[in-house]
Amino acid sequence: MASATPRLLSSLFTPLRLTYPIHAIRTSHRSRTLSFLSFNLRRPNGRLRTVSSFASNGTNGMERMGQKDEERYDVIVVGGGHAGCEAALASARLGARTLLLTLNLDRIAWQPCNPAVGGPAKSQLVHEVDALGGEIGKMADRCYLQKRVLNLSKGPAVRALRAQTDKREYAMEMKKVVESNSNLFIREAMVTEVLIGKNDNIQGVRTFFGMDFFAPSVVLTTGTFMSGKIWVGRASMPAGRAGESASLGLTENLQSLGFETDRLKTGTPARVDCRSIDFSGLEPQYGDDEVSWFSFDPECHIEREQMCCYLTRTTSETHKLISDNLNETPTYGGWVDAKGPRYCPSIEDKIVRFRDKESHQIFLEPEGRTVPELYVQGFSTGLPERLQLALLRTLPGLENCVMLRPAYAVEYDFLPAYQCSRSLMTKKIEGLFFSGQINGTTGYEEAAAQGIISGINAARHSERKPLIVLERESSYIGTLIDDLVTKDLREPYRMLTSRSEHRLLLRADNADSRLTPLGREIGLIDDRRWELYQSKQLRIKEEKERLKNVRVSGGEFAAEVTTVSGQPVRDHTTLESILKKPHVQYKLLDKHGFGNENLSRCEKDCVEIDIKYAGFIMRQQSHLQQIVNQEHKRLPEDLDYYSMTTLSHESREKLSKVRPQTIGQASRIGGVSPADITALLIWVESNRRKANQRTQQELLRSGATDNHMAASSPTDSVVQATAI
Amino acid sequence: MALALIRLLPWRQPKPHHLFPFSLNPTKTHFLFHLRHCQASTSSPKTLILTQDERSNGSLSAEREAIVGSGTIAAIVTSLGGGPAAVGIVRLSGPTAVAVAGQVFRPVKRVKEEGGCVAWRPKSHFVEYGYVLDNDGNVIDEVLAVPMLAPRSYTREDVVELQCHGNDVCLHRVLRACLEAGATLADPGEFTLRAFLNGRLDLSQAENIARLISAKSAAAADSALAGIQGGFSSLVKSLRIQCIELLTELEARLDFEDELPPLCFPSLIDKIRVMQHDLQDALDTANYDKLLQSGLQIAIIGRPNVGKSSLLNAWSKSERAIVTEIAGTTRDVVEANVSIHGIPATLLDTAGIRETDDIVEKIGVKRSEAAALAADVIIMAISAVDGWSEEDAKLIEHIMTSQKSANQAMTAPMILVINKDDCKPKDLLISFEEICSGLFKKVVRTCALTGAGISELEKAVLEVRGLEPISSAGRKWTVNQRQFEQLLRTQEAFVRLHTSIEEQLPMDFWTIDLREAALALGQISGDDISEEVLTSIFSKFCIGK
Repeated sequence: MASATPRLLSSLFTPLRLTYPIHAIRTSHRSRTLSFLSFNLRRPNGRLRTVSSFASNGTNGMERMGQKDEERYDVIVVGGGHAGCEAALASARLGARTLLLTLNLDRIAWQPCNPAVGGPAKSQLVHEVDALGGEIGKMADRCYLQKRVLNLSKGPAVRALRAQTDKREYAMEMKKVVESNSNLFIREAMVTEVLIGKNDNIQGVRTFFGMDFFAPSVVLTTGTFMSGKIWVGRASMPAGRAGESASLGLTENLQSLGFETDRLKTGTPARVDCRSIDFSGLEPQYGDDEVSWFSFDPECHIEREQMCCYLTRTTSETHKLISDNLNETPTYGGWVDAKGPRYCPSIEDKIVRFRDKESHQIFLEPEGRTVPELYVQGFSTGLPERLQLALLRTLPGLENCVMLRPAYAVEYDFLPAYQCSRSLMTKKIEGLFFSGQINGTTGYEEAAAQGIISGINAARHSERKPLIVLERESSYIGTLIDDLVTKDLREPYRMLTSRSEHRLLLRADNADSRLTPLGREIGLIDDRRWELYQSKQLRIKEEKERLKNVRVSGGEFAAEVTTVSGQPVRDHTTLESILKKPHVQYKLLDKHGFGNENLSRCEKDCVEIDIKYAGFIMRQQSHLQQIVNQEHKRLPEDLDYYSMTTLSHESREKLSKVRPQTIGQASRIGGVSPADITALLIWVESNRRKANQRTQQELLRSGATDNHMAASSPTDSVVQATAI
Repeated sequence: MALALIRLLPWRQPKPHHLFPFSLNPTKTHFLFHLRHCQASTSSPKTLILTQDERSNGSLSAEREAIVGSGTIAAIVTSLGGGPAAVGIVRLSGPTAVAVAGQVFRPVKRVKEEGGCVAWRPKSHFVEYGYVLDNDGNVIDEVLAVPMLAPRSYTREDVVELQCHGNDVCLHRVLRACLEAGATLADPGEFTLRAFLNGRLDLSQAENIARLISAKSAAAADSALAGIQGGFSSLVKSLRIQCIELLTELEARLDFEDELPPLCFPSLIDKIRVMQHDLQDALDTANYDKLLQSGLQIAIIGRPNVGKSSLLNAWSKSERAIVTEIAGTTRDVVEANVSIHGIPATLLDTAGIRETDDIVEKIGVKRSEAAALAADVIIMAISAVDGWSEEDAKLIEHIMTSQKSANQAMTAPMILVINKDDCKPKDLLISFEEICSGLFKKVVRTCALTGAGISELEKAVLEVRGLEPISSAGRKWTVNQRQFEQLLRTQEAFVRLHTSIEEQLPMDFWTIDLREAALALGQISGDDISEEVLTSIFSKFCIGK
């Protein structure tokens, strides 16, 4: 896409602003098991050494050292998962010389858990990333095994596309894309330190084997790897994923810089060999006949043969086996106290918490076209491996199954995201960005959404451009990030439609008309995509005009409309008002020759939604507009909340911790009451006026030819004149 | 988001200022401009972007004018409860102040000229004379409307002041009409707060405002705390819980479609119906409360010459109505004010209802019927001398049918008064008490001449309206203006929900209004509905992959 334009390096090391002083080191990091220590990687740690070694090279000397030049980049992305790939691609496409560091080049964009993309709320994220010019949607469209639209009849805002994907193909395709960008450099490495400059700005990273790479922007997307530890039953070992070593040392380095870290847990079920399963008695689940797409780019819309998923259920044997062995599971045996996410409980959790439910659904999903592995969805467990096969074999159809990989749980370090601002840059270290599971989320889509934003901002930061923040009301991406940096999260964060207050406006069908103009302005949407976008919008607009003007009377069409909607059709009714009637779809217009053949299926959907739900959409929009006007008032970032005696003590603490950027964000922090917000508003307004007053006074004094005018203190009228 | 909080937030459009480079209404050109603009000034670290749907740009901007800033607030700004004053003022402030005032206010001159269906377009700072009407078009009060358009007003927003008669009942009714027309009740000190935030007041006043607001909100918190045990708050709580439960059912299906059993729509709709019913009950109770505040209208009807006017005179201890032996003396409705155990009541003496050719009397009879239709309690007077006659039966039938045709949801309870108790033939009495006990809630015997039976009549009036004397325990809870507003917004949401269901809109649309109802019912603003619903989903359903 964007052509490579390596920029002058000399511009990168000009002194950057000091934004945050380093505070006393606080940490809530839990003690970790001793097994890590055997790696013995404690090296002379800390920023003093880092800073001094850097300083000794000298800013000017650097450029002349050819070897070092190789290691200078505009942006470094640490981690090659779904956040890392999206960040690296966005950054490289924006023209930044980007380095992607990953532990294992063969695991780029790996899907370690569910081989699927999309689903409610998550699909909106995918559409939005695509609308901004991201990759995940195209990948899912290219590598799907099966696609289904969920919630079809429940409203346009909650309609969701879900794709089963070919795990290996996905990783390979993404690797190809990442490899083919000339601005993007890939390297295997384990980052153990971030290098910090004098002004608390990032300067680069150091790897386990002692390499230093330099860049003014660094994105950390460590996933489950930072001090990762996997569990099967009582046995555990340090690992980011099964068979892959954890990344060690970075946590301690970040802690020494004053970051607070904490621990989260998640898990993945067993994989079984599909050749060992008797599908004959299982309920098949086919894909949609008419395939829908994540990407707005029609070039990716290539249909392929779909595979089938199957549905089975737990039996009383399953429940008995689990009940008999509860003390063998980490949670109920009591050796792991970390709680997993509520929406992703293990099978033992489901059985204990919902005792009266006799059976739970279990989905069998293929992991690829060329591999025999099946993903057993809904069956993650903490039981020891010796019981897992027996447990699987209690499921109908799996009586003789062969297990290929056991289920396991993984614990990892994350950094509570209040330490980031909404641009995903950390508040402490300028130029350091966090994305993905390191911020406490779960899911490929959530990771990709953060990845593209941090990639864009990392590139912009290295160019010294202002950073982009998507407001909460603009998108699911904005909602996701706002929740992350504002709320106190205690479990891995998954995007859900109910988290968005105005979801009717944040639909899949309008993701492009909401975000593509922004993607274009940022520089991620090329001319071809832009033209496609514009002509699509034009067609939709013209079609809406047409429907407003074409009138019909009587006939077969009117009769069928009446049958379908149960409402009479008056003579000379416009097609628009017919489309507004209950259950009348654009298809019906097509059927009777009143449709427009120039429109694609999804353009017709857009027209239908815009017309059918116009009233609701308008209402939500005006509601939103009010909120926007009220909430988007910005708060200065250096406010001293502790000095505001009109605030409650609790909110002084919370506000100081989160440092909200807007009044709206402040109001969403738990423990901040409406009265506190009023007090905050008054305080801000008073200060603004005081500042104005001072400027006014100075102006009067300096520019005064008239002596007594300068001497007189500003009157009310002066204050008012400046305040209006 | 909390409704109250939203209203406290700034309603002024922030000035375009290069330190705050975020676009509020980024039509495409806008935010493109902003991005470029930001690049120029390196001092600005962030660009906040609210992207907007290009497909709906036109529709939004068309409506924007009306909705800039936050909601419109209303309150009685003159002191209340300090005895009757000559004038009281209801103030409206906010972007839709004129529109809200236009809905309740009818200037006299325009009624004559245009019939009153054009939007009110007042000239700033010109006083207009007219009436305030309620939802049904009844005149509440005669007022002077003083429009002060932005920015030449106290709050720098559009302000309309309605100068009413200085009696609490009038003022509350006018305020209620404003709330029903879409205004929200102002928080303590909110006018002043807006004035300050909009740059109207002196800086030195800021601290006073802060103190005022914190003091008032503390007081409000105290009173809210005191009301927690009350019947009203338990009802609101239970309604809110039901809303959350319904949301849980719906949202769970939206986020975890394939993991849950399908929804049982009929039972869901039943639940919604029950809730709507509860809400209607609560609003009815609120209306009882309105009676307490605004007073009862008691119409005295009957055939000519049964002693209606004497009854009024005896009850009000005055010679308000002319009393003669001639049938049809009272031609017009005569009013007298009394206080029944502390509750203000207006007695309406009406012309005796009968077939007549006299034009003046005919009009009088019509007015009598109208008075009976509007009354809270109807007293049907008969004479003990004549007993229950054919004409009485006809008359009451007539009143009942006209009540029905007027489509009144709640017909006023009726009391039968047997007047001239002193000259009745005793043996007749028992029989007709039986005859009409179905029609009348109470039967009272009085003698207007001696005043006997009046206190029994007063008790009967209170009893039929469910208003027990104030001192007695266990009385119905009262609803203040804020709670009334809460109920009103909830009901509006439910009406919309009902329409969505009837129009068979997909269930995602149901959640929009359920959410609004839950928000309106939120006692303490700042509740996080999303989180509450999620917690409820996870505790109720077995979800997970």
